Amino acid sequence: MAEFKEIIMPFKNTPGGIIQAFHAVQKKINYLPENAIIDAAEVFGIPVKEAYGVATFYSYFSIKPRGKYIIRICESAPCHVAGAAEIIASLERELGIKIGETTGDGKFTMELTECVGQCQATPVITINGKPYAGVTPQQVAEILAEYE
Amino acid sequence: MAEELRLVLKNFGKINPLKVEDYLSAGGYKSLEKARSMNPLEVVEVMKKSGLRGRGGAGFNTGQKWFFAHNIQADEKFVVCNADEGEPGTYKDRIIMENDPHIVLEGMAICGHAIGATQGYIYCRGEYPGVVDTLNTAIAQAKEKGLLGDFNIEVRMGAGAYVCGEETALIESIEGNRGEPRFRPPYPPVAGLWQKPTIVNNVETFANVAQIIEKGAEWFAGIGAKSFPGTKVLTLTGDINKKIFIEVPTDTTIKEVVFGFGGGIPDGKKFKAVQIGGTSGGFIPEEFIETTIDFDSMRKIEATLGSGAVFVIDETRDIVDVVTRIAKFFEHESCGKCAPCREGTMRVHLLMDRINDGKGSQADVALLKKLSRVMASACLCGLGQAAPTPVVTTINHFGMDYHAKVQ
Repeated sequence: MAEFKEIIMPFKNTPGGIIQAFHAVQKKINYLPENAIIDAAEVFGIPVKEAYGVATFYSYFSIKPRGKYIIRICESAPCHVAGAAEIIASLERELGIKIGETTGDGKFTMELTECVGQCQATPVITINGKPYAGVTPQQVAEILAEYE
Repeated sequence: MAEELRLVLKNFGKINPLKVEDYLSAGGYKSLEKARSMNPLEVVEVMKKSGLRGRGGAGFNTGQKWFFAHNIQADEKFVVCNADEGEPGTYKDRIIMENDPHIVLEGMAICGHAIGATQGYIYCRGEYPGVVDTLNTAIAQAKEKGLLGDFNIEVRMGAGAYVCGEETALIESIEGNRGEPRFRPPYPPVAGLWQKPTIVNNVETFANVAQIIEKGAEWFAGIGAKSFPGTKVLTLTGDINKKIFIEVPTDTTIKEVVFGFGGGIPDGKKFKAVQIGGTSGGFIPEEFIETTIDFDSMRKIEATLGSGAVFVIDETRDIVDVVTRIAKFFEHESCGKCAPCREGTMRVHLLMDRINDGKGSQADVALLKKLSRVMASACLCGLGQAAPTPVVTTINHFGMDYHAKVQ
């Protein structure tokens, strides 16, 4: 697939640039298709198994297709005691999906995450990296509406 | 009541982080200029004498670390800033980088001069895309004005792996590999990034450097606790009235932090415990809250200062449930390279889950303690070694809570 090579090539001469290349691919399509991993292995001159090993090591990389918007719910201890479970329940109700799933229209994917470093107000969720701190179950619908 | 002492955060709210001119008019980059007029070894000596110890958790003498790298002949050396702030409940490095990025760049460039490196990397966690932009803006502005001289800095974005906060795992990740810790020795100051001498310091550590060069080692050594001088930025979370960040001298007590700065426990409830230093820190009961937060005092009560996260829980919390959650964290974040950690964190979580569900026994609690001892001595890196700490400290200090849940 030439399209992935195009995204990956600019990092060819960056030492250790494969992670940056994967970030760039995901910026476009939110996951790492098999072809992108094979292309990266070729560009960086490493075995495919190694490129695959890198792609599957980091929680920000996914080898499965994901929605346009990735909702991450922090479940680290400070968010846990602040009621992260209620936020998860509220999101699951609103979206009709469970953690790890994507809505039928391909819009939202729900994932658990560990601390995202926005603990000034808890619990915290992020949507495509944008943090929402001190979220209440009542606010969930309102937040999702921003992505209509 | 004790007062905040903002040194690392001296420019917080006072300058526009996206304008290098603001940093310059606040006296910025003068320390780099001063350092470059000094012999590199002199810079190392000042750092050593200041007594500054790493703010990422390990508490190693910064100048001593620099000395190792300074002393080695190599065609290339590297300065790496650890901005992979992944400790749950910690956001102090984000606050520093978001509000005063140049203070970090200046510290790194001074380190570069001291050890003889011209290339620096900032490894910033993937959760902070905005910070990556701020840093890149700051680097471009500093370059444009020629402030960094021949010192280059590149920002690398992590991709969500707690273990990459461990310095050798971080190095592996910059090299484009799975972020698995290396066997040590050799330590990074001898053979680090691409096997070259490398200094890896935390964001807050680098943010301390410029002021030490400016005001001198004696000045810094006189602040806070003798064996761990300076200040520490803390982030307060959990059952506490003020969920804020503060910067205090290291001889401040836990009590002053929680009940003074933090305003105590909400809704008239009582304090139960505080976990300091992040999710691998020990839980501290009320009887020890007069302890000062410095590294060595915390060690004496089997706790850590770590990253400076302060996580408070009140009397109504089920501490076994909280620790079970933490055990799940470590099972998830274990990189899997060494068996004691890979299997150990999984077993700790399994046992905690069982106890938390009311299906455990006293034998399970005893097994947890034994497993913890094995992990503390047999795991390859700090992640596995420290993972059982919350379990052991809560068994020791809150044994009744476990007792109430086992059959």
